[in-house]
Amino acid sequence: MTTPPPSADAAPGAAPPTGCELQLMVLDVNGEQHEVITEPRRTLVDVLRHDLRLTGTHVGCEHGICGACTVLLDGRPVRSCLMFAAQAEGAALRTVESLAPDGAPTEGPEEGPEAGAQAPPAPGDRLSDLQQAFRAHHALQCGFCTPGFLMLAEGFLAERPDPDEAEIREVVAANLCRCTGYQPLVAAIAQCAAARRAARENRSAQRKEL
Amino acid sequence: MKPAPFRYHRARDVHGTTRLLAELGEDAKVIAGGQSLVAMMNFRLARPAHLVDIAPLRELDRLGTGPGGALRIGALTTHHTVETAPDAVLGAGFAVLRRAMGWIGHLPIRTRGTVGGSLAHADATAEWCLLAVTLGAELVATGPDGERRIPAGEFFLGPYTSVLGPAELLTEVVFPRPAPHAALTEFAERKGDFAIVSAVVDLDIEAGGVRGGRVGLGGVAPVPVRVPEAEAVLAAGGSFAACAAAAAAAADPPGDANGSAAYRRALVRSLVERACTEAAAGTAAGNATRKAVSR
Amino acid sequence: MRRAEQGAQDGGKLVGRSVPRREDPRLLTGRGRFVDDVALPGMLHAQFVRSTVAHGELTGVDLSAVRAVPGVVAAFTADDLGMADITALLDRPRTEFVPTAMPVLARDRVRFVGEPVAIVVARTAYAAEDGVEAARVGYTVRPPVTGEDAALADGAPLVHDEAVRNTLVDVELFATDGIDGIFAAADHVVRVESRTGRQNALPLETRGAVAAWDDREEQLVLHTCTQIPHQVRTVAARCLGLAERAVRVVVPDMGGGFGLKCVVGREEIAAAAAALRLRRPVKWIEDRKDALTASFLAREQHYTARAAFDADGRILALDADVVCDMGAYSCYPFTAGIEPLMAAAEMPSVYTVPAYRVRGRAVTTNKAPSAPYRGVSRPQYVMVVERLFERAARELDLDPVEIRRRNLITDFPYTGVNGLTYDPGSYRESLDLCERTLRAEGWYERQRTARAEGRHLGIGYACFSERTGYGTAAFAQRKMAVVPGFDLSEVRMDPGGTVTVTTGTMSHGQSHETTMAQIVADRLGLDLARVKLHQGDTDRIAYGWGTFASRSIAVGGSAVRLAAGRLGDKLRALAAARWDVPVEETALGRGAVVRRGDPATAIGYPELAELAYLRADLLPKGTEPGLTATAGFDVFTDGTFSNATHGAVVELHGDTGRVEILRYVCVEDCGVAINPQVVEGQCRGGIAQGIAGALFEQVTYDALGEPSATSFMDYKVPTAHEIPDVAIHHLETPCALTETGAKGAGEGGTIGAPAAVLNAVNDALRPTGAELDSTPVTPETVHRALHPRHYEESTR
Repeated sequence: MTTPPPSADAAPGAAPPTGCELQLMVLDVNGEQHEVITEPRRTLVDVLRHDLRLTGTHVGCEHGICGACTVLLDGRPVRSCLMFAAQAEGAALRTVESLAPDGAPTEGPEEGPEAGAQAPPAPGDRLSDLQQAFRAHHALQCGFCTPGFLMLAEGFLAERPDPDEAEIREVVAANLCRCTGYQPLVAAIAQCAAARRAARENRSAQRKEL
Repeated sequence: MKPAPFRYHRARDVHGTTRLLAELGEDAKVIAGGQSLVAMMNFRLARPAHLVDIAPLRELDRLGTGPGGALRIGALTTHHTVETAPDAVLGAGFAVLRRAMGWIGHLPIRTRGTVGGSLAHADATAEWCLLAVTLGAELVATGPDGERRIPAGEFFLGPYTSVLGPAELLTEVVFPRPAPHAALTEFAERKGDFAIVSAVVDLDIEAGGVRGGRVGLGGVAPVPVRVPEAEAVLAAGGSFAACAAAAAAAADPPGDANGSAAYRRALVRSLVERACTEAAAGTAAGNATRKAVSR
Repeated sequence: MRRAEQGAQDGGKLVGRSVPRREDPRLLTGRGRFVDDVALPGMLHAQFVRSTVAHGELTGVDLSAVRAVPGVVAAFTADDLGMADITALLDRPRTEFVPTAMPVLARDRVRFVGEPVAIVVARTAYAAEDGVEAARVGYTVRPPVTGEDAALADGAPLVHDEAVRNTLVDVELFATDGIDGIFAAADHVVRVESRTGRQNALPLETRGAVAAWDDREEQLVLHTCTQIPHQVRTVAARCLGLAERAVRVVVPDMGGGFGLKCVVGREEIAAAAAALRLRRPVKWIEDRKDALTASFLAREQHYTARAAFDADGRILALDADVVCDMGAYSCYPFTAGIEPLMAAAEMPSVYTVPAYRVRGRAVTTNKAPSAPYRGVSRPQYVMVVERLFERAARELDLDPVEIRRRNLITDFPYTGVNGLTYDPGSYRESLDLCERTLRAEGWYERQRTARAEGRHLGIGYACFSERTGYGTAAFAQRKMAVVPGFDLSEVRMDPGGTVTVTTGTMSHGQSHETTMAQIVADRLGLDLARVKLHQGDTDRIAYGWGTFASRSIAVGGSAVRLAAGRLGDKLRALAAARWDVPVEETALGRGAVVRRGDPATAIGYPELAELAYLRADLLPKGTEPGLTATAGFDVFTDGTFSNATHGAVVELHGDTGRVEILRYVCVEDCGVAINPQVVEGQCRGGIAQGIAGALFEQVTYDALGEPSATSFMDYKVPTAHEIPDVAIHHLETPCALTETGAKGAGEGGTIGAPAAVLNAVNDALRPTGAELDSTPVTPETVHRALHPRHYEESTR
């Protein structure tokens, strides 16, 4: 039998650390109200990830350059590493976990004649148009920067639904990706924007017909 | 990269905030958008014992015209608000500010970062600092003893240092007169980074001709500076190239890992000329010189 | 052909198609699980007290104040934890290799700023940093060695007392007879001296670990983001004095690695030791500052090279001296030999070089140590060789493409002067297509126009091959004390007819869950959704060498396909027994075993699986119940060579010195592309990293050895502004050595880009007469080349 060295220094169950004040804050994340009691020095990204366990948002640099932690604050993309959670009280936050539509998968997870019939339904295969565009263009490899790029693009397209490619590239330049070379990210966002535009035009054409 | 502990205070009103700041003394720091401060706190390069969050002071988030065609920008106005401000607010006279916003970091920085925060942070290469100095802005600060107005040219003392007292709150910046023929340009190895050198040119154009102008530089001194030698060339009817050469000759930039002094001087020349051309764009003066610009 | 014999999958239904990735749904919805997402009950957080001096003796580590910091649970020095050192060895004589040990925590000596000295464990990550600040560490400072020149200088301070002249590796290889005479008699001799900047591989996810003792399994469970889980297990077991069985390494989703995570770090071992001591889970997540300064780095090399050419531009000889600044320690398992030995063995590149001599050295300096980084030395030596050819072209007044054509290897297999045998590739074809593409797009005309206008437009090429599929034979040539190379796979069909497959490789962005499944699904005639890959768990996977050296599809993919084939044999045997026919009369069909010549007669896999597990009583006597199969795969030759030609068009901005890449074309050949979209992704990402090294990124130090690029403000990772779109063309020379015909594709992009970009920059500079041979090429460097007089005036 193998045992580890004896336990000596740990004191589990001891009193919580003193010397740091705790603060109650209420955060509105993805439409849910969360109460958190924590130190005021905790950054928003740490509270999202470790207090609320919304681990889809990632930490890449903690100084606002890489953008892996990008979330939406009142609809606009922000770096959640450059905010204390306390500063986000009263704002509506959205993270990557909110992007996919609710409900059962609409598409089979893979192609092939047997798909649908025998493929096990994979939870999480229901994707938003933006997520689908990322997938179609292979705009993610390791997936670590992906949530940041998704939220960046989501916030950007909400404000600029009809961007040209240069504007998209400009926005994609806000975050770092080490895997893709960026080209597929630009392409995916452009395709998503084009599809949304087509859908809008379609809708307004239908309205006119009515 | 986790910040040191601090107490968090939420501001209620401007006067209460200055009283609180006076009470807390040097250990307190005001946080607005926090886009520079939080990064420095994460590195523990800044470690205030008290953080005073002024975001609740919504009255400081405003953008509007003032007397004599002035533009008044509340300290909590974000770069993004300026970037997306309608023509009705900025008018042709301040479109330079909108165009300049594209040089500040990236979209997610501009959505949080504030005009007042950038000025108070006093980074020598920050776009707002250079714009304020070159366009002759006035900075409005409120302290326990009331309000004072500080010309931007006297506001900055050195890197990250200004005349703002520990209990003073920067509440507003006022650009006194329209600058319809102005442009900011800069160069960094990656777009969005702090500039190695930045330049603002604000031309006086009458009847299609350049009658004078202001030339400001960032990245060549501990604070953003005007370049009287280059302005004199404009006033004397010299070419943009001559103006740029005068700016380069006058500049005494430092050398560091981001560029030697000689390289910075070359950038001054290139960027001043480019800024002149962009400032004159759409005018007869601009059309006359467009050909002369090289890449 | 092996592949042609094999039944239903011949059509290649999935292999060769860009099927959507299996990994994507979870990663797109925030449901991936990375190491920092792992949270265990009672988990504590660790950070490290790190050396603040580049070189010195530790005179005292006082942690008493640390332990008094609120929230701190414990703090340990090396002596407190008593861990064995990490030691990486080569099987070479002392004259060629000096072994050095890397303690998990510094004991008596510190050798770089950021070296871990003590571990602080606290209730929160915040409190852990508070604790780190409270440590008091005493040093007797020694003079630092901050560069390769200083390391080799007479009387230089010694980083390791046992390493004379700070040299850890020193080999002289090949030295073709008469090479000096060839140089003396040659029509033309060209020289290149090149220095390449130190770089960080920079996975967006930093390193990290969560360690916990599992009482029930009597096992340390170490969650960590590593490319080599089994090798981490070996080192952890040795350092901590545990049996290998008593360590389980589990790798969650990984946010990139690029080589930086294919060595064993010190911090994960120290975190594990603290977890054992405290009997509580301990998490360590490296922050970005540490990742930039105290992690593993790469690429800082100095080449002094010359090449002899005849009057027709044919290369006659190559002679190179390569010095690699490997920083403070040898990395495990590759040692400080990783860079010089790679460069020395493979520098002749894609050309028929008749005579070759090389000296390769690894020197140790007071900088964070070097590890493999995507491409390992190949981005550097390819750049040097390509510069030699460009220079020769200039001297002989030959077209730079034409001089390459006259020297490329075209008859395969080709055994080079370096003793390596190159399997078939498309060296010539890829160059021709790349040039044709740029010509057809009109870049040569545009260059003429630009030059006439006084603008600086340049076109540059890089031809290269990349050895992939290193088997044990190839690694043994490097004389590593542990010899990587093979891979194992187990394929299992469950009673419902779905398949799980294991691989010893470790995807960290390369899409193996998709591509390995494509291979298995095709082999067995299954839908992709019925195949699930398992990787990255030393308890679940028998053994593996992980993912590096572009080995995963070539070696791991072959093992996977072999194992799937053996499972197919079992399925056929079951069906044959059912039908009472010889097994030869069966074949694998779509989700079923079919009768040869009578495809209408079939037994579905679910039915066979049910038989094998739930009705084993019906199996013929002597038939093994269950449906599992295993296979191992190794490459017994020199490996297989992928190849490519890159073409870049740049414009130099005269006013700022900025290098703008106007066009980038890559013609690549990695044999059979299992998933072309994935291959293209590897190319594009690799090229972006190559461009980063060519133009932007550099890890810098001041004269005292203090790192000066400690944030992303100073370490300039390029963004979408700087990285151009890349046009990719595929050629396919199937590989005869691997089971799938695939060669590796993970590193090629990175290898070609620095050379292509640097050649294009030099082509643009041609009217000025200036030439640049070192990287990164910064805007100021270019500006100086364009405007030398400005700088002469400035210094006056």
